[in-house]
Amino acid sequence: MTTARIPLLHRYANPAAFGRLSGQILPWTAGASAILLALGLYFALFSSPPDYQQGESVRIMYVHVPAAIMSEIVYGLMAAAAAAGIIWKHALADLFVKAAAPLGAAFTFLCLVAGSLWGKPMWGAWWVWDARLTSELVLFFLYLGYLALVDAFDDPQRGLRAGAILVLVGVVDLPIIKFSVDWWNTLHQPASLITMSGPKMDKSMLLPLMLMIGAFTTFFITVVLMRLESELLARRIRAWRTAAGDE
Amino acid sequence: MNEYQTFFAMGGYGAYVWPAYGLTALAFIGMLGWTWASLRARRREEQGLSAAGRARRGRREAKS
Amino acid sequence: MSAAFALFLHDLKLQFRHGSDLVAPLAFFVLAVLMVPLGVGPEPNLLARLAPGMLWITALLATLLALDRLFQRDFEDGTLDLLALAPMPLELIVLAKVAAHWVTTGLPFMAIAPILGVMLHLDSASFVTLEISLLIGTPVLSMIGAFGAAVTLGARRGGALLALLVLPLYVPILIFATSAIGAAGEGLSSRPHLLLLASFFAGGIVLVPFAAAAALRNALE
Repeated sequence: MTTARIPLLHRYANPAAFGRLSGQILPWTAGASAILLALGLYFALFSSPPDYQQGESVRIMYVHVPAAIMSEIVYGLMAAAAAAGIIWKHALADLFVKAAAPLGAAFTFLCLVAGSLWGKPMWGAWWVWDARLTSELVLFFLYLGYLALVDAFDDPQRGLRAGAILVLVGVVDLPIIKFSVDWWNTLHQPASLITMSGPKMDKSMLLPLMLMIGAFTTFFITVVLMRLESELLARRIRAWRTAAGDE
Repeated sequence: MNEYQTFFAMGGYGAYVWPAYGLTALAFIGMLGWTWASLRARRREEQGLSAAGRARRGRREAKS
Repeated sequence: MSAAFALFLHDLKLQFRHGSDLVAPLAFFVLAVLMVPLGVGPEPNLLARLAPGMLWITALLATLLALDRLFQRDFEDGTLDLLALAPMPLELIVLAKVAAHWVTTGLPFMAIAPILGVMLHLDSASFVTLEISLLIGTPVLSMIGAFGAAVTLGARRGGALLALLVLPLYVPILIFATSAIGAAGEGLSSRPHLLLLASFFAGGIVLVPFAAAAALRNALE
């Protein structure tokens, strides 16, 4: 079978071919991630000022906010991939959803715990029903639901398809959930002076934040490419096992 | 030494800031490590299975 | 159209034949409400504040109870395969089943809710809004629940999985329904909240059958 005749995207459903492609991309994204992380941590922990209201605890923002942003971007990417998988029926698209999900869940969890650690000194409680945190918690359960569903089927393809439909329903519902939680929060809690998104962004604070967001993003790209190759291999392994069993 | 202590204390918020960064580090190491380990294991397994599969096919074709 | 209605009636007849299937959710409603004062104390003001939320949470959980069976029986005995092959669109079949489910969970709950409201010292001004919120909201619960049942069809441990999938999606309905009742209790207008609920109903009726049908086709392949 010559590779020249296979449409471009379908070629990369082959784990070996995908591995070669990602092998060329990975060093760049991994390197970028390491550099951005190092720079980001330097500026976040050393070379940026404390906040006049929140003191040094504002440094938690430099992990909480990037984690929050990633948790939402990853879900959006999952939804886009799910739609692509349903429309074009391409294996890479469905597997991307599965590859990205645990990473998105981890970012969401990180956002929740960092938010909790930030909230305790600021608001005096380990958990506050802040609109952002509550929405993140619901998003965390959307991730968990996907992860549970996709592995609950004996036929992996069925699981992938069910998961894709779930993610699409979830992404439509997500803005509604956020809107309703936001509205619920203003109904039940007085406006607070300190918001979770941090004080007015001073340039000296914007820099570490941007660096950390870049670090998180490139890290995600690196790991998701690895996970995607891993999922392709798992599929190939199942195929080999079935073939061996048939004989 | 005093400078380090001041830095570590994080203006009194050390007990919150450091666990936050620590968990971030753990999360990153966990995601990367778990992915890498599982990728290596699967690569090895796939190589073994495909070699065995090709050997079987070779035997079958030799028989026919 | 009439075929869908026939399916709806058929499903209802099946539910009513196995009478115990109906008693369990109703008994659950009353028991759940009984747990509240036992858990938090019988002080009327506290119960009144908790009442809208507790009533709606009970409605949520009661809807979940009955969702397992929605497609399961037909899936197992092959009826669902036949229905999928029928000329009637699968989306319509989903709606018929949702309607039957609602008649056996949402509707009885609407009937018993005023009594439960009295037990929980619900504000007298809130009762009408309670019923309206249930009328608009419980069908949405059934719709979203049907999607959950469809997407977990054929999965292992479908029951627990179903709750995990569906409860996050229920959050907006819970929020707006309880705030509608709360607003009425304070003498404010509950119209905006109820209108929002109605928009969920409208959106759900259009979108959910497609999602659920896609999930069913995935399970049947």
